[in-house]
Amino acid sequence: MTSAPGWEQVKEQFFDWDVFKESLREIAPKLLVNIRIFLIAEVLILIFGLAIAILRSLPGPVFFPVRMLMVVYADFFRGVPTILVIYLFGFGVPALAISGVPRSEFFWGVVALTLVYSAYVSEVYRAGIESVHPSQEAAARSLGLSKTKAMRFVVLPQAVRRVIPPLLNDFIGLQKDTALVALIGPVEAFRQSQIEVASTFDYTPYFATALLFVALTIPLARFTDWLVARERRRTR
Amino acid sequence: MSAVELHGVRKSFGEVEVLHGIELNVEEHHVVCLIGASGSGKSTLLRCVNLLEPIDEGRIVVGGEEVTAPGVDADRVRRGIGIVFQAYNLFPHMTVLRNVTLAPREVLKKPRAEAEAEARELLGRFGLADRAGDYPDRLSGGQQQRVAIVRALAMRPQLMLLDEVTSALDPELVGEVLNVIRELAAGGMTMLIATHEMGFAREIANKVCFLDGGVILEQGSPEQIFSTPQEPRTRQFLQRIVEAGRL
Repeated sequence: MTSAPGWEQVKEQFFDWDVFKESLREIAPKLLVNIRIFLIAEVLILIFGLAIAILRSLPGPVFFPVRMLMVVYADFFRGVPTILVIYLFGFGVPALAISGVPRSEFFWGVVALTLVYSAYVSEVYRAGIESVHPSQEAAARSLGLSKTKAMRFVVLPQAVRRVIPPLLNDFIGLQKDTALVALIGPVEAFRQSQIEVASTFDYTPYFATALLFVALTIPLARFTDWLVARERRRTR
Repeated sequence: MSAVELHGVRKSFGEVEVLHGIELNVEEHHVVCLIGASGSGKSTLLRCVNLLEPIDEGRIVVGGEEVTAPGVDADRVRRGIGIVFQAYNLFPHMTVLRNVTLAPREVLKKPRAEAEAEARELLGRFGLADRAGDYPDRLSGGQQQRVAIVRALAMRPQLMLLDEVTSALDPELVGEVLNVIRELAAGGMTMLIATHEMGFAREIANKVCFLDGGVILEQGSPEQIFSTPQEPRTRQFLQRIVEAGRL
């Protein structure tokens, strides 16, 4: 790469140390906006994703409409590009000007990410629920536990433990996608880096932002490893 | 009074009829052993009594109550019937103590201290006192199966169903589990046992039933079934068991 004809210019425009330090000072605080977005969204996603997965696993013909609705939901929000969902909610809903409906772009950004990622996460949960052998539920039911209690005490705890790694993997994706919320207004790390680039005509702020996002996801990746290792120690 | 009665019980999985017309009676405090080849319907029969499998036809009466009648609360019925599976089916994410106390606490709403005291007493009785804090994966197969039995007993069932509980065990671990069952029988527990341990069936059963092709082909005292079987199919089955050195 360093022998490429354009390297000297790229080095200057993307890896300028002074610009790097300068822009980092501006961008880093804005990363807190990203962190707020994903912390709030993650909690909501964990709840909604689980609810969707459970509703989708309800048995019998009575719940067919519920199951169908959840399938449509998951298909739709996994199919539509995240950026479009953010645009539709961020620009569309406030434009309706319904009184009492929040107009904050931050709010609708969180809603859009929650809707999209809940669809993904529900599939992860569902895979976990289905990976628990039916004999576990049978054992629970045979002791007199209701279907709900068998789910709560026996199936879900095992399912969730198994899907923690893929779940956190989705969350790493979510941390990155918080940058997309910038496109409807809120000034977070990526938006701030665009501002820096515009004022310096140097692309180094993008590089700085990239490093910040990497630094953000590494702790989560290590935390995932630690959880997996702890679980292995505990039950063996 | 009969502890369990089955009248004309039929059960199909898809096209395959596994039970076609089971008639069975288990007296209170009696041990009834179900023998027969794999696939003869022993496990399905037990799972039907426990209402884990809905039956297609017939009636099952447990403790005088028709449990297969429409509108019967299956969860309530199951509380009074303990079942132990071939593969133990302990909850791997819970300690032994939690495995045993889960149902008493969540179903019978016993306070934690009371449920745990009772669980420890039961575990102690079956030589598992020092295992209360362990996760099932740390236990031997024999220990896991004994925990599974204790877990069922913790609900104070009036009937125990044992589904080939020693089939998954290493030969040297079979004895410790059979001893537990002997102890239960001595205590007057009503039991319906599906088993391949013919010697054990002969020793412990009040009645032995030979299942073949989804019906009880022959039943009687262990002496009758093992010494003077009437049906050719029974004789054939026992002959094969003898040839395999299992009787």
